[in-house]
Amino acid sequence: MSSSTSVRTDDPPAVVLTGITKRFPGVVANSDVHLTVRRGEVHALCGENGAGKSTLMKILYGMQAPDEGTIEVNGEQVRFRTPSDAIKAGIGMVHQHFMLADNLTVQENVVLGAESLHGIGQKARKRIIELSGKTGLNVDPGVLVEQLGVADRQRVEILKVLYRGAKVIILDEPTAVLVPQEVNELFDTVRGMQEQGYTFLFISHKLDEVRAIADSVTVIRRGTTVGSADPKTVSSRQLAEMMVGSELPSPETRESTVTDEVVLDVKGLKLMTPDGSRPILDDVDLVVRSGEVVGIAGVEGNGQTELVETIMGMRRAGSGTITLQDKDLTKLGTLARREAGIGYIPEDRHRHGLLLTQPLWYNRILGYQTRKPTSRGIWLDTDGAKRDTERIVSEFDVRTPGIDVPAAALSGGNQQKLVVGRELSGNPVLLIASHPTRGVDVGAQALIWDEIKRARAAGLAVLLISADLDELIGLSDTIKVMLRGRLVADADPSTVTPEDLGSAMTGAGSTSAAVQETAVVEEGEN
Amino acid sequence: MGNLRGKLLPPALAIVFSMLLCGVALVISGANPLRAFGVMVTQVGKGSTLVDIINSTGIYYIAALAVAIGFQMNLFNIGVEGQYRVAAVVAAVVGGSIALPPGIHTLVIIIVGALAGAAWAAIPAILKVTRGVNEVISTIMMNGLAIGFSAYLIRRDVFGELRGNNIRTPEIPESGWMPGISFGGSGTMFGFLFVAIALGVGYWIMMNRTRFGFELRASGESSTAASAGGVNAKKMVLVSMLLSGAIAGLIGLPEMLGRDHTFSLNFTAGIGFSGIAIALLGRNHPGGIAFGALLWAFLDKSGLALDNVGVPREIVTIMQGSIVLSVVVAYEVVRRVELAAEQRRVGRELGTVGGAA
Amino acid sequence: MITTMEEKPHVPAAPRRRKVPGWAVGLLGVAGAIVLLSVTSYQTGFLQLTSSGTTQTAVRLALPILLAGLGGLWSERAGVVNIGLEGMMIMGTWGAAWAGYQWGPWAAVVAAVVFGALGGLLHAIATVSFGVNHIVSGVAINLLGAGVTKYLSTLIFQPLSHNPRQSPPVQPFDTYSAAGLADWLGDLEQGKRLIISDVAGILRGLVTGVSPLTMLTILLVPLSYYLLWRTRFGLRLRSVGENPHAADSLGVKVYFHKYVAVIVSGGLAGLGGAALVLNPGQLSYLEGQTGGRGFIGLAAMIFGNWRPGGLLGGAALFGYADGLQLRSGGETVLALVYGVVLLLGVIVVWQLIRQRWFSAAAAIIVAVLLYLLYISLDEIPGEFVAYAPHMVTLAVLAVASQRLRMPAADGLVYRRG
Repeated sequence: MSSSTSVRTDDPPAVVLTGITKRFPGVVANSDVHLTVRRGEVHALCGENGAGKSTLMKILYGMQAPDEGTIEVNGEQVRFRTPSDAIKAGIGMVHQHFMLADNLTVQENVVLGAESLHGIGQKARKRIIELSGKTGLNVDPGVLVEQLGVADRQRVEILKVLYRGAKVIILDEPTAVLVPQEVNELFDTVRGMQEQGYTFLFISHKLDEVRAIADSVTVIRRGTTVGSADPKTVSSRQLAEMMVGSELPSPETRESTVTDEVVLDVKGLKLMTPDGSRPILDDVDLVVRSGEVVGIAGVEGNGQTELVETIMGMRRAGSGTITLQDKDLTKLGTLARREAGIGYIPEDRHRHGLLLTQPLWYNRILGYQTRKPTSRGIWLDTDGAKRDTERIVSEFDVRTPGIDVPAAALSGGNQQKLVVGRELSGNPVLLIASHPTRGVDVGAQALIWDEIKRARAAGLAVLLISADLDELIGLSDTIKVMLRGRLVADADPSTVTPEDLGSAMTGAGSTSAAVQETAVVEEGEN
Repeated sequence: MGNLRGKLLPPALAIVFSMLLCGVALVISGANPLRAFGVMVTQVGKGSTLVDIINSTGIYYIAALAVAIGFQMNLFNIGVEGQYRVAAVVAAVVGGSIALPPGIHTLVIIIVGALAGAAWAAIPAILKVTRGVNEVISTIMMNGLAIGFSAYLIRRDVFGELRGNNIRTPEIPESGWMPGISFGGSGTMFGFLFVAIALGVGYWIMMNRTRFGFELRASGESSTAASAGGVNAKKMVLVSMLLSGAIAGLIGLPEMLGRDHTFSLNFTAGIGFSGIAIALLGRNHPGGIAFGALLWAFLDKSGLALDNVGVPREIVTIMQGSIVLSVVVAYEVVRRVELAAEQRRVGRELGTVGGAA
Repeated sequence: MITTMEEKPHVPAAPRRRKVPGWAVGLLGVAGAIVLLSVTSYQTGFLQLTSSGTTQTAVRLALPILLAGLGGLWSERAGVVNIGLEGMMIMGTWGAAWAGYQWGPWAAVVAAVVFGALGGLLHAIATVSFGVNHIVSGVAINLLGAGVTKYLSTLIFQPLSHNPRQSPPVQPFDTYSAAGLADWLGDLEQGKRLIISDVAGILRGLVTGVSPLTMLTILLVPLSYYLLWRTRFGLRLRSVGENPHAADSLGVKVYFHKYVAVIVSGGLAGLGGAALVLNPGQLSYLEGQTGGRGFIGLAAMIFGNWRPGGLLGGAALFGYADGLQLRSGGETVLALVYGVVLLLGVIVVWQLIRQRWFSAAAAIIVAVLLYLLYISLDEIPGEFVAYAPHMVTLAVLAVASQRLRMPAADGLVYRRG
């Protein structure tokens, strides 16, 4: 539901990009991209990771110059050399990763770089309070940013661009960090600002949201425009196929391989914030059996990351127990848990999975430095590590010139395949896979799904966290929904649809028989 | 191989640059740089200079190893300076007060030295792990306290005694000495040199072939990835600081066990800072550190001859300081050049279309 | 600067309650310290603890620490860790002596600033333009600074003073005293009345024998506050130390602000060197005279939570420890230990009220140990007394490190793009 009344079709379009091409060494990021954004509309730009959306926006925002092509703003051709030029033309960018200084106040963050507009004192403060109303920000400008929640920080980012006189606002993946209620608030804000004549360019790969808020959608794939669509008539699946360009690989599994043997038993897991005010994990009970894939669905920021890290021993729970087969892991460290038979595919392979400057065979040892084939007692077995790395490279189709290259030289998909191969090689009884195909090309994704299915058939228990609902539905035997640190619903993968799951994830409750609520969700609870 | 070039080029560039810089400084002050360098080179063949250089190399090598262990973990153990001082005075006091069969006596002194050095490093280590105190400042403070502590211990009413004009600890009996290799008029080479070599080999083996070395290097590169891989970050910090301190504790022993047999006010200071410089020059690699230690020792000992040509021997200190600064700059410059070349190569190999930002 | 060992979960902090403003806390602290010292001096009979002589010396010795701390503050607020302050201060001492014996004290000040700023420039080039690790660069500059000054001393000073380690004497500043006020305070001080005499002693020390350099230095504190927190330039500089990528995205010239901050930092450290040289008890360059004060200044900066006001408090504390040990020797420092025991007693009560059992227990243990030390010794041995500031530094860091907030991007090696 989007308001089409504010879209003015007789005015010149707010932004027109024609034939934009941008090359980097070794890569063509954008190739002949066309984009037209009408005045007063919310125009969504969709594409997979790596499709070229960010580069395009950097060009529109003046952080990069295009190699070919033109930019028109309000009917006039412009050339941006720096972000300041774009700001002067009325274009403002709200980054996905907020560019805020925690130790400075809201006011200081807003006026930074634009001190000449209204100074840095009382005059600026007044102007900020004036503009705050538009964005729904209800905070004194003298408050330190570090005290603000995520949604408020986003409002400060929007405030920054309004302060500088932006009329066209680019929102880069704005809902990635918001909980459902905050997403609704953001959409209300956007619609309200639309009525006042602002234009929005909304970048996202969350297709349900795109269809909810956008007036028109442009899909970009592999650096070039694929086409436009009308959000009112197109379906998420059709959009997804435009983004990927072929029949989506379907991870559907057929027969059940679930046994009765309980592998992972989590009881009453509780984790509080450092100041003890809110629970990050609120009394979580979870059972994963041998041969079973348990998928956890939930909007990012509801505790999934913390759940995984607590099970792995990287965080210490306040209370509760974790048992692996019959071994009590609760008091053990990460290394002992790994040795007990847990494999872990982390959601951020660069921070938690790999040593980027070290060769592939050196990375094979990480997590396995006390076990064969990579070590013998206190000694490293470099030959064993190298041999096993060769095996992983061939079995998991890791494209690399050799095992001596640093991990940073591999592409994301190949890095992930290496990690998956390593984590499956210790004969684990439990595999924790956190967003295992994030940022990974389609081919690697298919291979990783195959490997997980194969291990599952051999009796592996899998705990799967994913934001990709198709992946969850296709791979899981059981799906649980996580909201605000609690498991609130179970879903049946054989009958549930992404829409059902989506509404359960956003706290709207069950809308179909396929989703069974297991906990009461109260509104506004925090 | 490009890799070798990346490793050898920066130190070479740094040395050349520093020589030029010092040459310029010499010219400005009215001296002849070529003559100065010439004197230094020929000095090597005279008197005991060569043996002195070798002995010094051993000492600097140990110091740099101690620092390098910390560096592998991104820890800046500036406290090596204080750790070796405390270790030397404690080892001298203990060594001079006990009587044991030869060999065992020496061994006990060495062990005491290592333990004392580790103990002096333990305080900053514990403060860092429990209270988050930055180890740079805490170790620098400990260095100051080490001077006071050692001065206190050699007071006449504590453990010291007066010999002529010099206050020192009781002399270590011969059973506690470390035998050396005598070259007659050319000096005596410390037997501790072999210990230094053994330490270097041990360091290499530990870093590259043991599980502990793996965990150390992984922690230093990415504490988050290491922690996901089961490495206990706090334990690593503690152990590496203690190990660094223990090795630092051995720095004063070559001179003490091979020549002086006591701790006195003539104690050689400043080796800790040289160790930092050499570890940087050698990039924490045992072979590179050996070369750096040799260079440093050469500059030190040959520099003594500069007085004969009227050049202040502090020019050596300037050279050493500028080598440190220029070597890190050179490493960075070479790294950037190589990275750009590598990116171009990968781009060419992969072709055109691919995923970008 | 501090390598993090755990990641914090990204959870917004709860809004803080209205707290007492910084300056009020500072005044309370000063008042509390004066009360504590006067009680201690009364109990132990060591009047030097609060005498005007001690205070004068403390001020003179606090100056280099304060200036080094200010230098560190400017640099770290822009995100560059400056361990090389010691080396820059050494270069400042040399410049001050070289200009001072030829052209007088003001020339000494100018030359010291210039020499220190040159060191700062070198640090800036290495860390900002070449991306060298900040600590490594700082250590190198310390080595280089010491070496260059030794070399230049041998070349230039030795012919004149016949000592390569010392310069010819330098002309001092004229000092000023508030004569009438000082006399009246002097009478009060002799009166030996609890607290009143102590306050009088401290105030008298503050208004006697004040040199222009002291006044300049003290002025630099509010000036730094104003420049960094109340001007556009200061906002941009601080933003560069908090989140340089954000600042860059808003058009702030990151490299420029870092350069300025580090050069100013070097100049301030150099000025600290001038303060050492122009100290009426010194009046020359002496090899090794900085004695680690560059690092103690950094500790004062950390103690002050990277703010000029707190830094002033920290410098006063370290300067006081330095002045006391220099003037009065081991017995008086031991009396100070008694004062610390009293302070710990207060802390124990306070922690018990707040139900912080662990902190209270730790404080009790330390207090008992210190008290045992106090009664078993006649004086702190001279060898340790000289390092009283170092011990105080360690204690302060151990207690306070976790509650402090350094600039978020401090120590970050920043590359554009």
